[in-house]
Amino acid sequence: MTPTLSLAAGTLAATTRTSTGEAVQFWVLGTVAVLGALGTVLLKKSVHSALSLAGTMIVLAVFYLAQGAYFLGVVQIVVYTGAIMMLFLFVVMLVGITAADSLKETLKGQRWMAAVCGLGFGVLLIAGIGNASLDSFAGAGQANAGTGGNVQGLAKLVFTDYVWAFEITGALLITAAIGAMVLTHRERTEERSTQRELSEARVRAGLQVTPLPAPGTYARHNAVDIPALLPDGTPADLSVSSTLRDRGQVRDVSRDAMRRLAALDQASGEWLERKGLGPVRSDDPAADPARTEEGAK
Amino acid sequence: MNPANYLYLSALLFTIGASGVLIRRNAIVVFMCVELMLNACNLAFVTFSRLHGNLDGQVIAFFTMVVAAAEVVVGLAIIVSIFRSRHSASVDDANLMKL
Repeated sequence: MTPTLSLAAGTLAATTRTSTGEAVQFWVLGTVAVLGALGTVLLKKSVHSALSLAGTMIVLAVFYLAQGAYFLGVVQIVVYTGAIMMLFLFVVMLVGITAADSLKETLKGQRWMAAVCGLGFGVLLIAGIGNASLDSFAGAGQANAGTGGNVQGLAKLVFTDYVWAFEITGALLITAAIGAMVLTHRERTEERSTQRELSEARVRAGLQVTPLPAPGTYARHNAVDIPALLPDGTPADLSVSSTLRDRGQVRDVSRDAMRRLAALDQASGEWLERKGLGPVRSDDPAADPARTEEGAK
Repeated sequence: MNPANYLYLSALLFTIGASGVLIRRNAIVVFMCVELMLNACNLAFVTFSRLHGNLDGQVIAFFTMVVAAAEVVVGLAIIVSIFRSRHSASVDDANLMKL
């Protein structure tokens, strides 16, 4: 864009340049958008991909606002980053964050071929745009002013020229909602077994007839990852959920309680001696060293 | 700055999305890349609407958003049901139509 060209174009109704502020915004936020897109493709975990994509979408919303498409800018934030990306995150959580990509290539060299194809496609696309004559533009202000505002203009178009497409959209949305319900609904093929049947099956199997023991120890802990203690002081594995057991997230506090008791005994003993009252219980000197030794183990 | 730069950005984003569809194996990430391509198209539509000075491009972009929302709902439902039966979200594992 040379100054003479913009001067010549300035005499026409159409303009050829945006404001400097918009240019600065474009270069800063455009970089963010491209980085977000690259992050979507290249990051290993799908949660990170989803967050990068959300960033790119917010940047695109800012671009829509900057170009005078106020309605679309707001809809982009509400629908895309608000609804669609949260739906993506929901499914990522449902399917499992750890479901990372397998790096094994089923087709040899497929990744490199895909990258080369993408590069060639991009070069073709950008060269095509470069050859188009896009020197002057009408601007969004003209379009928005003609019908009394962006939203009013869009509404006029949607309910006149595009009313047929708008009605078809309703049918599409209903189809999508019903399709999602049908796809994720699971039909129950057998009758739900009653409590009596369940208990009879339990007795017949003979594995665990009574209810499972509850977690927690001596009413001091009620956390679900702390197993109950059996009479001999060993933790009862059955009292902790099998999921936590498989993950190895069971906290064993059987030793902890004894250690705390020993420390308490020692502290109280020291305190009483300092007061000059002497040992209160006759068996304290014999019992205390044994307890502290056990706690130290 | 010429507003055609928005078109270049749109082409770049579309290319990155298309490469992602080809490269990635996780069905959810492939789906996100499709969304990226749709977004790039929307940016091109809005830019063309500005270049021509009428609102038809924005209406088309609006319809694209509606179709994208419907597509995401059905696509994610398919991914969830495939994951339920195969315990995998990889596009390589789903090589049979039947579950």
